Amino acid sequence: MENLLTIKDLHAGIDGKEILKGINLEIKPGEVHAIMGPNGAGKSTLSAVLTGRECFHVTKGEIWFNGKNLLDMPAEDRAREGIFLSFQYPVEIPGISTVNFLKTAVNEHRKYQGLPPYPAGEFLKMIREKMELVNIDSHLLNRSLNEGFSGGEKKKNEIFQMAVLEPKLAILDETDSGLDIDALRIVAHGVNRLKRPDNSTIVITHYQRLLDYIVPDVVHVLYDGRIVKTAGKELVAELEKNGYDWIKQEVESHGKN
Amino acid sequence: MERIDEINRNFFTLFQEGRELLRKDVGAVMDAQREKALEEFKAHGIPYGCENYLYANLLPVLERDYNVSLRYVEQEVDLSEVFQCNVPCLDTHLLLTINGRFWRGNERPDVPEGVIVCGLAEASVKYKELFDKYYNQFTEPGRADGLVDLNTMLAQDGVFVYVPDGVVMERPLQIVNLARAKADLMSFQRNLVIVGKGAKATLLVCDHTLSDHYFLMNNLTEIVAGENALMDYYHVQNQHLGASQINSVFVSQRRNSRFEANVISLYGGFIRNNLYAALTEEGCECDLYGMYLSDKKQEVDNFTFIDHVAPNCRSNEHFKGVLDDSALANFAGVITVRPGAQKTEAYQANNNLLLTDTARVNTKPQLIIDADDVKCSHGATVGQIDEEAMFYLRSRGISLAEARMMMMFGFAHEIVGKVRLEPLRAKIDDLVDKRLRGELTKCHNCVLHCKQ
Repeated sequence: MENLLTIKDLHAGIDGKEILKGINLEIKPGEVHAIMGPNGAGKSTLSAVLTGRECFHVTKGEIWFNGKNLLDMPAEDRAREGIFLSFQYPVEIPGISTVNFLKTAVNEHRKYQGLPPYPAGEFLKMIREKMELVNIDSHLLNRSLNEGFSGGEKKKNEIFQMAVLEPKLAILDETDSGLDIDALRIVAHGVNRLKRPDNSTIVITHYQRLLDYIVPDVVHVLYDGRIVKTAGKELVAELEKNGYDWIKQEVESHGKN
Repeated sequence: MERIDEINRNFFTLFQEGRELLRKDVGAVMDAQREKALEEFKAHGIPYGCENYLYANLLPVLERDYNVSLRYVEQEVDLSEVFQCNVPCLDTHLLLTINGRFWRGNERPDVPEGVIVCGLAEASVKYKELFDKYYNQFTEPGRADGLVDLNTMLAQDGVFVYVPDGVVMERPLQIVNLARAKADLMSFQRNLVIVGKGAKATLLVCDHTLSDHYFLMNNLTEIVAGENALMDYYHVQNQHLGASQINSVFVSQRRNSRFEANVISLYGGFIRNNLYAALTEEGCECDLYGMYLSDKKQEVDNFTFIDHVAPNCRSNEHFKGVLDDSALANFAGVITVRPGAQKTEAYQANNNLLLTDTARVNTKPQLIIDADDVKCSHGATVGQIDEEAMFYLRSRGISLAEARMMMMFGFAHEIVGKVRLEPLRAKIDDLVDKRLRGELTKCHNCVLHCKQ
């Protein structure tokens, strides 16, 4: 099977400081990959580079998505091609209602695909269906985007947007942070319901708890800008038990040799 | 200063030469006030370089060689022509003024019993008692402003509204100020709105240019909000780049009255808004909102003056603006809390988005507090579109241009959202959206080509 995402020897940084130091990663359609690692390893940088944040500069390497060169595309085109980032800190935007924001986003996607705008009635019907998926309260639709939302509401709203936009690759960046156990379950349940054989997920997380609900096929450990370990889901439990120090030591002793 | 002196002399000459015409058709009190204003004008002249006009670039606006017509000129008005320009077409009592004069073609609006709506000159003769009691009684705080004096000296007409005690006007009164001439024109309009005890009224003012000449409108509205009265004043300013306006509103509030103003400046060459509110008795609430969207070389200058005379009153002001190209915006907000006006609450905020390196903002809060048990705050921000938010929108597939549009719209919406009438709010939102997309019809279509 063709890879959905292929990252080759990716080097990237910000303000002249290199953070990613040669990432290699391959994701096939339908797979769930977890990327774990200590603070400062480069996890959020990786998601930023994948989604096209301009303040990060790619100095070397390639990213191929669905047969296309991702690095040639601006952020909005990457989204339209099917990449979705669930933000660690969703941004509050006063004055723009959630429903108008979604309508604009959906219609921009449709325009890119050469489709006419969503008929208004059908759009609302679709929105209602997707809301049920993450138990999101309908009054949030007419409120300003994320403004005054609780931490849980913000994260649910991210997964709701994901449900509406139906990405091929969803990147969940620390989606579990700031969630209580009930919200975590709802969010994870939503993600699992959205899973299809042709879409893939990258779960970026510090902790095991989200991965109890969203079970990964492959687990990577990112450390100091490189993927230093790749294994199956059993690695999650090992990391939870022993922390990251043993991996750091492994890498450093390897470096000395 | 020589040029200022010359402008002052010209106004003086205009007044002297027009003295007989100015006497025509108006009551004695209205005419007598002209002489008082003249003395003030002689003392102060047009404001230049003074504290309240520190950043206003008046000279290019006043220096132009305008015509002034002191005679009523009969004009045919085609309403479809007026409404070609996205004017809020709402369920309102519609009144037109042309070049500052109450249009003689206005139909008598179907207002509740006792309500008077007519031309100001007519009221100065016909409703003498009411008129004489209130006319020019509330402009005192603008005494040193020669532009206010000029209005009192030279205005001949405008709109008069009287809402008796206890009468609720559900439908808003909409005044559309039209400017149309065969040459560059300066006009003066004077309005007087009296809202009785426990009465309620909504005034919506729209400005529109119907020909492409240079205009300067000097308009002044006095409003009295009686005890427990509710008064909303909405103003949508949409003229072409060659049109300038000086718009002064003086409101005097009585016990437990509520006044709200929302001034939306969409388009115009030079716009100066003076909003004066006097909270003269306990329990008054006053909200002043303003929003300006400016580009090219537009200038919008908002000046507010809130006078907390009595204790236990609350005032709140919020002005926001988006500035593109080489636009200039000024905001100056004066709040005075008089000795004894204890338990005053007064808040002020001014937020600006600058889209280019050449757009400019001057913002100046001025709080003069002479009581010791008050809550007052002010804040001003000048910033750019939030990059984090831009990326968030783009990461959902929204283009750069559309994302910018949404951010500006969202920024402005906070002010539009304050409009209490839902249909008007929706209409203004729509106007703002069109304005941001460059799709707004400026009132004279050809303006797009000739005044840029």
